[in-house]
Amino acid sequence: MDAVLLQVLNGLDKGSAYALIALGLTLIFGTLGVVNFAHGALFMIGAFCAVTLNKIFEISAITIDPTKTDFLGKPLQVKTPYLEKWFGDFGLAVMDWSVPLAIIISIPIMMLFGYIMERGLIRHFYKRPHADQILVTFGLAIVLQEIIKAFYGANPIQTPAPSAFVGTLDIGVYLGFAQNAITYPYWRLVYFAFACLVIFAVFAFLRFTTFGMVVRAGMADRETVGLLGININKKFTIMFALAACVAGVAGVMYTPINSPNYHMGMDFLVLSFVVVVVGGMGSLPGAVLAGFLLGILESFASMNVVKQFFETIFIPSIDQIVIYLVAVIVLLVRPRGLLGHKGVMED
Amino acid sequence: MQILEVKGVNKRFGGLQALNDVNLSVSEGAIHAIIGPNGAGKSTLLNCFIGRLNPDSGSVTFNGNSLLGMKPHEINQVGVSRVFQTPEIFVDLTVLENVMIPALAHRDGAFKLNPFRRMRQETDMRDKAIDVLEDIGLEDKLDMTASSMSRGDKRRLEMAMGLVQDPKLLLLDEPTAGMSRADTNNTIDVLKHIGDSRGITMVIIEHDMHVVFSLADKISVLAQGTVIVEDVPGNIKGNPKVQEAYLGTAN
Amino acid sequence: MNNSKYSDAALLLFFIIMVVAGPFILAPFGGSYPDLLQKFAIFGIFAIGFNILFGLTGYLSFGHAVFLGVGSYGAVWMFKLLSYNVLPALVMAVVVAGFFSVVIGYISLRRSGIYFSILTLAFAQMMFNVAYSVATPITNGETGLQIYNDDPQWLQGADSPLTTNLFGLKMNEVFWRPEFFGFEAQFNVGYYFCAFFLVIAFYLALRITRSPFGMMLRAIKTNQNRLSFTGVSTRPYMLAAFVISGMYAGLAGGLWACMDPLAGAERMQWTASGEVVLMTILGGAGTMLGPVLGAGFIKYFEAIFSKINDQVLHSWFAFMPDGMENFMVAIVHPFVGKGWHLTLGLLFMMIVIFLPGGLIGGLTSLGRVLTGRGRKSKG
Repeated sequence: MDAVLLQVLNGLDKGSAYALIALGLTLIFGTLGVVNFAHGALFMIGAFCAVTLNKIFEISAITIDPTKTDFLGKPLQVKTPYLEKWFGDFGLAVMDWSVPLAIIISIPIMMLFGYIMERGLIRHFYKRPHADQILVTFGLAIVLQEIIKAFYGANPIQTPAPSAFVGTLDIGVYLGFAQNAITYPYWRLVYFAFACLVIFAVFAFLRFTTFGMVVRAGMADRETVGLLGININKKFTIMFALAACVAGVAGVMYTPINSPNYHMGMDFLVLSFVVVVVGGMGSLPGAVLAGFLLGILESFASMNVVKQFFETIFIPSIDQIVIYLVAVIVLLVRPRGLLGHKGVMED
Repeated sequence: MQILEVKGVNKRFGGLQALNDVNLSVSEGAIHAIIGPNGAGKSTLLNCFIGRLNPDSGSVTFNGNSLLGMKPHEINQVGVSRVFQTPEIFVDLTVLENVMIPALAHRDGAFKLNPFRRMRQETDMRDKAIDVLEDIGLEDKLDMTASSMSRGDKRRLEMAMGLVQDPKLLLLDEPTAGMSRADTNNTIDVLKHIGDSRGITMVIIEHDMHVVFSLADKISVLAQGTVIVEDVPGNIKGNPKVQEAYLGTAN
Repeated sequence: MNNSKYSDAALLLFFIIMVVAGPFILAPFGGSYPDLLQKFAIFGIFAIGFNILFGLTGYLSFGHAVFLGVGSYGAVWMFKLLSYNVLPALVMAVVVAGFFSVVIGYISLRRSGIYFSILTLAFAQMMFNVAYSVATPITNGETGLQIYNDDPQWLQGADSPLTTNLFGLKMNEVFWRPEFFGFEAQFNVGYYFCAFFLVIAFYLALRITRSPFGMMLRAIKTNQNRLSFTGVSTRPYMLAAFVISGMYAGLAGGLWACMDPLAGAERMQWTASGEVVLMTILGGAGTMLGPVLGAGFIKYFEAIFSKINDQVLHSWFAFMPDGMENFMVAIVHPFVGKGWHLTLGLLFMMIVIFLPGGLIGGLTSLGRVLTGRGRKSKG
C-alpha cells in the first residue's frame, strides 16, 4: 500500500510537467489550429531563464586572500557575489531563492517571446497545411535548442531549489504508516502545488472572463467567431503568449528537479504530444488528466516488482516504453482519446 | 422490379425530426425525382443512401441488400454512385485523371496493388473516360488541371465521374443548381440520353421544376421529413397536398 | 501525358548519367571520396522512398528513420551469422523493414492528418528506446551492433575477405583515382554498388508515380473523402505506400551497414526522421528528382560545414583588416563546425517559409519567369 502511494507521489511531478506542456499545446491547437513542435523548446527556454538568473546572481567580485593559498601554492582567490557584498544576508537570501524569483522575470520574457513568435512566424502559417506548420515549428525548435547549446554548452546545469525546500517530507507518518515509509522531496510537493495553481488559473481565466469565453467559443467553432466581427487575430496572439508562458513557468520550476540541458525540450515534446493524443486532441481537461495519469503510470512501471513481472513475459525495461504502448492501445480502443470530441483536427 | 427500397426511415438531429417514417421505392431504369421545399430533408435522405449518415431506424435496401452500416466505398462498389451538389473533385489532378479514377475503381474494385503498371497501358479506361467526357462536353479540356476550370465545368466533371462507373443507381443532388438556362437544357439532354442508352436508374433531387418535369418518370414530394405524395408527373401538378406543402411553407 | 514516355526515358537517362559520373562531378567541390558519395546514394534512396509516402499522399511520417535503423540491424545480424557477403544482408534489411512498416503503418494509419504524424513520432521514440535499452541483447544498446571475432559467420569462406564484399569484391576498395582538373576523384566499389540500387530505386519510384496506383495516392492527397465515395478503399492504398517507402528506408539502412558494418540506435532517433523530411522538402516534395537533390545537398553541406573550424574561417577572411576579420569569424563561427545543426534548423525554416516547392519547385518557377511561359509538368 505504502509503495503504491509512493509511486503515485513520484509520478506527480513529471505528470505535472506533462500536464502543463500538454495544456499549452492544446490551447494552441484548439484556438489557432496550429501544431506547435516548438512548444518543448518554450519549456526549455523557461528553464534556462532560471539558469540565467542564477548565473547573474552569482557574478562575483574576486579578492585575494594573502593569508591562505590554493592547492597550487598561489594566493587564494576568494569569490564574493556582488549581491552578498552589497546586501549582505538579504543578498544571500535572494540568491537562495533564485528559482522562484526567476518566475517573475520569466513571465514577461515568455510573453514577449510568444508574442514575437506568433506575430513573426506562426501567424503566416494559419492557412498553410498542417505538415508545413509541423515542419516550420520543428525547424524553430532545432534553432532554439542549438542557440541554447551554443551559449550554455551541452552539459546539464545544476540549479538548486531554495534551501528551505531541500530535504524530504515524511508524508507516511501523517497517514499512519511507519517512519520513512513514504518520504517525498519538498520541492516536488511545491512543484505539484504550483502546477495545480497554474492549471486552475488557466481554467478560471477561460471560464470567467469575456476573453476566455470568446476563446472557448473559438475552440468550438472558429469560423462563427470570426464572423461575429471579433478581432480574433489579437486574441490569438494573446492566447499564444499565454500558452508560451505556461510552458515557460513550468520549465522554470522544473529546474531543481532535473538539471536543465539543451535537449530537454525535445524530450518532453514527444511525450507531451502523446499526452495530448491520449487525452483527446482539443480537450483541455483531457490534456491535464492524461498528463497526470501517464506521469503516474511511468512511475509505476519503474517499480522493481512491475519491471520483474514484465521481464518474465519478455518485456524488459518496461518503464522506457510504457507510455508509448499505452498511447497505442488507447488510440486503438478509443481513437479520439480519453475525453476527445469528434472531428477535431481530422482533416 | 424495385431497385431501391426505403422503409420507415427516421433521423433526428437533437430536437429536430429531419426524417419521419420515410418510405420510397424506385423501379429499375426509372428516373425518380425527389422534390420538396427547403429543409424538407432531401439531402439528409440522400446522405442516408451513401453511408454519410446512419438513420436512427428503418431500412434502405438496394437490390435486396441493406445499405445501412456499409462503408462509403462499399456502397459505391455495389453500384450506387453519387454526384455531389458542390463539386468535390480532385483539384490537383487533370480532368482526364479525375474521370479515370472512378473508372478504374469500377473496374478494379476497392483496392488493387498495381504499382508497376503503366498508366499508358490503360487504354480501355482512357477511351471510356474520353467517351463520357465527350458526352458531357469536356473533351477539349482533358489535360487541364481541375482546379482551373469554371464552376459550371466542375459540375459537369462531377457528373462525368458518376457516369463513367456505369452505376446501377446514380444519385444526383441538384445537378443543375446555379447553371444557365442553356447549360441546364444541355444537362437535361445528357441525362436523358444516358438514362435511355445505358439504362441507368437515377434519383434526382432538384428545385428546378422545369428539370424535374422534363426528366422524371416518377416524383416523390417530401415535406417536413415525410413523403406526402408519390406519383407520376402528370398527377403531381394538380395535387392539392403538394400545393399546400409548397404554398404553406411560403407563407 | 502523350510525351511522358519520352520525357520519362530522358529523365531516367539523365539520372543514370549523373549518378555514374558522380565521382567526377563532385571532385571540383572536394566531395569525391567514398564515404560522402556512398551517403549520397544511401540517403537518396531513403528520400526517394519517403517521397512516395509524403510527396504522393501528403501523409507526413515522423518516424521513417525507424525503418532505416531496423534495416541496418537486420543487415549486421546477417554479417554476424552468415558471412560478409552483402546480398543476404540487403535482403534481410528489406524484409525486416517491411515487417516493421506493416505493423507500425497498420496502427498509425488508423488516423490521418496530424494524428498520423504524432503516432509515427511516438513509434519512432519508442523504437529508439527499444533499440537503446530494452532490446539490448539484439541491438547491443548504447555501444551499437558490430561484428566480433567470435561471431559464428557460418557461411564465411576461409579465403573470402574479412570485410563487406559482393562475392569477393570489397566494398571499401577504391579502384581508380584519376586527377580531374587538379582534383582527385575516387572511384569506389561501394559507391557503385549503392548507385546501382539508387538507379533501380529511382526507376521503380518513377513507375509507381506513373501507375494507376500512384494516381490513387495522389488522389488521396487531394481529397481522401471523395476517393472513398468513388468506391476506393483508401486505407490499403495508404498502407501499401507506407510499406513500400518503409522498405526503401530498409534498403538504405542495409546499404549503410554494407558500407560500414555497424548499427546504432541513434540512426533511428526522431531527429533523424526529421532529416529525411528536410531532404525531401528541400529538393521538392512530390517531384522525381527533388528528394535525391535534397539528400545530396544536405549530406554535402553537412560534410563540408562540419569540417570548417576557426582556422579555416580566419584563412577565409584573411584579406580583411584584423578587427573586421575577427568580427566576421565570430559571426560565422556559430553556424559551422559543431554548429551545423543550427544551420540545418534555419535552412528548414527558410525552405518552408520561402520555398514551399523546394529547389525543384523554385527552379521550375524561375524557368517559367525566364522563358515567360507556363510549363505543365515538373521534374
